[in-house]
Amino acid sequence: MTHSMMEERTEAEQRLKERYAKIEMRQQVWMFTFTILLTLFSFGTVIAYQQEIEGFSRYFVLPVIFLLGAVQVGVQLYYFMHLKEKGHGIPQYFLYMGMIFGALLPLAMLTIVWW
Amino acid sequence: METNERFTKETWPAHPETATLEGKNKFLGFWLFLGGETILFATLFGTYLALRNSGPSGYEFTTQNLFDLKLVFAMTLLLLTSSLTSVYAIYHLRNYNFRGVQFWMAMTALLGTGFLMFELYEFVHYVKLGFTFGSSAFSSAFFTLVGTHGLHVAVGLVWVTLLILRNAKRGLNLYNAPKYYTFSLYWHFIDVVWVFIFTVVYLMGVIS
Repeated sequence: MTHSMMEERTEAEQRLKERYAKIEMRQQVWMFTFTILLTLFSFGTVIAYQQEIEGFSRYFVLPVIFLLGAVQVGVQLYYFMHLKEKGHGIPQYFLYMGMIFGALLPLAMLTIVWW
Repeated sequence: METNERFTKETWPAHPETATLEGKNKFLGFWLFLGGETILFATLFGTYLALRNSGPSGYEFTTQNLFDLKLVFAMTLLLLTSSLTSVYAIYHLRNYNFRGVQFWMAMTALLGTGFLMFELYEFVHYVKLGFTFGSSAFSSAFFTLVGTHGLHVAVGLVWVTLLILRNAKRGLNLYNAPKYYTFSLYWHFIDVVWVFIFTVVYLMGVIS
């Protein structure tokens, strides 16, 4: 049995930790609300296109929904998945590499099929 | 730190999921796995984008007339909320509240099951209309992409159910903390993929 290296937080440290945890959780809930809003905007934009409201052409709607989707993915990755926290350098590297190839592959397939 | 040591709120590490070497390895390994899954879904997206609306001539199913945005919106809300409930579970994980972890993971499973029920209903509806896996390039690409995502959701549901049941008597310790955290990462990832699916398949599909 190895010697335990548990560190005990003092009462003040514990209260501080709990306060920070509550603040962080509140931030997560705000980010969630933001993602719901982004989803609403995406769907709303497409419904406006369907209703043929002036100004909502496909050249406007398509870039907008992709932008909103990209922002939402960023929020989810960085906040929900803790990608912004310390110690996430390697995951970030591999994820971005995955995204780069993930963008190139569909582009390659589309070019092969449709050019 | 021993993985089976007894803790209190004051001694529980701030990041229990990476407090042991096993936890650190699982954390890194799982992120690498997610990088690989990104490529997997990218290939399925590429195939779908290339083949959407392609079918035998006179094929009556197009992205414009097939998809129901109300259903997709409901499914999106369910999955997004299930991501939030898993965030709550990890909050409780980090604050040494085992009942909180179990409760919010169960909520995640419930919402995920709701999502899957809706998706099954959608697929059965399409098959009844004649839009089946083998009926056209478009349909097979669609069912492969969305079906693979649904399969990932189903696997996640089995995983979280097992986690909840097998750890019910164990309480929180450094053995199961990385397991819960890994599941949470997986669940967020399939939510991220769903954001891409509803944007590229459904929203883009409705636009001619």
